[in-house]
Amino acid sequence: MQKYSIFAVVREAMRGNKGWKAQWTSPEPRKEYDVIIIGGGGHGLGAAYYLAKEHGITNVAVLEKGWIGGGNTGRNTTIIRSNYLYEESMDIYEHALKLWEGLSQDLNYNVMYSPRGVMMLSHSVHDQQSFKRHVNANRLYGIDNEWMTPEQAKAYCPPLDISKSARYPINGAALQRRGGTARHDAVAWGYARGASDRGVHIIQNCEVTGIRRGPDGAVLGVETNRGFIGAKKIGVSAAGHTSVVMNMADVRVPLQSSPLQALVSEPLKPIFPCVVMSNTVHAYISQSDKGELVIGAGTDQYNSYSQTGGIQIITHTLDAICELFPMFRRVKMMRQWGGIVDNTPDRSAIQGVTPVKNLFVNCGWGTGGFKATPGSAHLFAHLIARGEPHRLAAGLTLDRFRTGRLIDEAAAAAVAH
Amino acid sequence: MLLIHCPYCGEDRSELEFRGAGDAHIARPTNMADISDAEFEAFFFLRQNPKGIIYERWRHIHGCGRFFNAVRDTVSDRFIKTYKAGEPKPDINAAPATDAKVETYEALEGDAR
Repeated sequence: MQKYSIFAVVREAMRGNKGWKAQWTSPEPRKEYDVIIIGGGGHGLGAAYYLAKEHGITNVAVLEKGWIGGGNTGRNTTIIRSNYLYEESMDIYEHALKLWEGLSQDLNYNVMYSPRGVMMLSHSVHDQQSFKRHVNANRLYGIDNEWMTPEQAKAYCPPLDISKSARYPINGAALQRRGGTARHDAVAWGYARGASDRGVHIIQNCEVTGIRRGPDGAVLGVETNRGFIGAKKIGVSAAGHTSVVMNMADVRVPLQSSPLQALVSEPLKPIFPCVVMSNTVHAYISQSDKGELVIGAGTDQYNSYSQTGGIQIITHTLDAICELFPMFRRVKMMRQWGGIVDNTPDRSAIQGVTPVKNLFVNCGWGTGGFKATPGSAHLFAHLIARGEPHRLAAGLTLDRFRTGRLIDEAAAAAVAH
Repeated sequence: MLLIHCPYCGEDRSELEFRGAGDAHIARPTNMADISDAEFEAFFFLRQNPKGIIYERWRHIHGCGRFFNAVRDTVSDRFIKTYKAGEPKPDINAAPATDAKVETYEALEGDAR
């Protein structure tokens, strides 16, 4: 692998930038792999990377029906935080956050992780009680989160309107200083480069059309548009299309897929210092290093695989943004897009074994999968290598919907997170 | 935004008047106290989540207020049929739209036509 550094940049500048090599290879698929991962997003590529790096399993293929990072990894608002309420959630999101902190160095790839702080606005007594509960739960668990008065919030994020006459008055905020953003494409590319360097095959434009199973029910491999590929183990990490893939193995999963939209504005000079979320009026906003305001909207109310969504969903969010930050009222929006998110009934992810031998699933990250990428990938690799979940992901099992051990973050966050 | 035909009002109205209400034709077990955990899971949590034809419930909450059923393609979001609650599940033999067949404004009404 070509190591990236300041010296490499200088050397290539002298040579007219002719020495840069492809970051990952695109080999022909082998007849059989030890592990096949279905889905070449951040979670799938990351799992392949950690399988090779930490578990010594390098005979691995990542199959992606489109291009890597072209699904939800490239369609989110890149918010990173770990201030969840329940221990199962805090465990995995905090594990992810700790990995985010060293990810650029680990991958030798600048993922532009920026701990600029994630501020969640409180507008009512209910918000205040709920957020303070979150703050206390997080601090008791060793995760940073703090309560701020409106004046402190304004000092941290000057564009905020904290006047009493505001349409949505602010009576406080919760701030996680280690939260922030990262560059989503770089996450997919960095993991792909690291995995490819360790011998993992990244096979794009390869759609899985069936899962072949042996007489004992265990997986034998996958049918694809490029023919049959054998596999000793299969990990499914297909986000919104997980139901479709799992149906191929006759496994039903409690998922509903629906569009989630986001949009960006024209580029502006640096004006917005952190990430601000308001669950109550449904607004998420940050500013990218390129200068665009990155705004997250909500999910549509119906199941869909259309990667588009209703205009009323984004106008609802923009209404809220314009009320919270009147100075953005005349900013033009430049692009809008949708991704297909897979929501579980309790709005917590599923990562675990399935009723089919050697078939593992990582899904249900719903509207909050990007922030979990390194943690989820790391623990998914552990699950595939060992055949049993890591301690930090032990609660995210598929069978919790039968046993009743739900992780009710839907109520804890009050909104898509 | 979807345009939805309410079979009670007999009119096409904007999605803003409606509330989605999940999958249709799911029968609540009459012996709820006796069923196993696995049966409860199948009834309560597991859904088909199809890429293609879905049977779902809608409520015309800002209109007549009534629940009805719909058949929709989840790839194109096009409604194939809506029908009153209690009517039998229609036998729809439509193939789901492929990505290439998805109708856009440009294809139907915009300059591209």
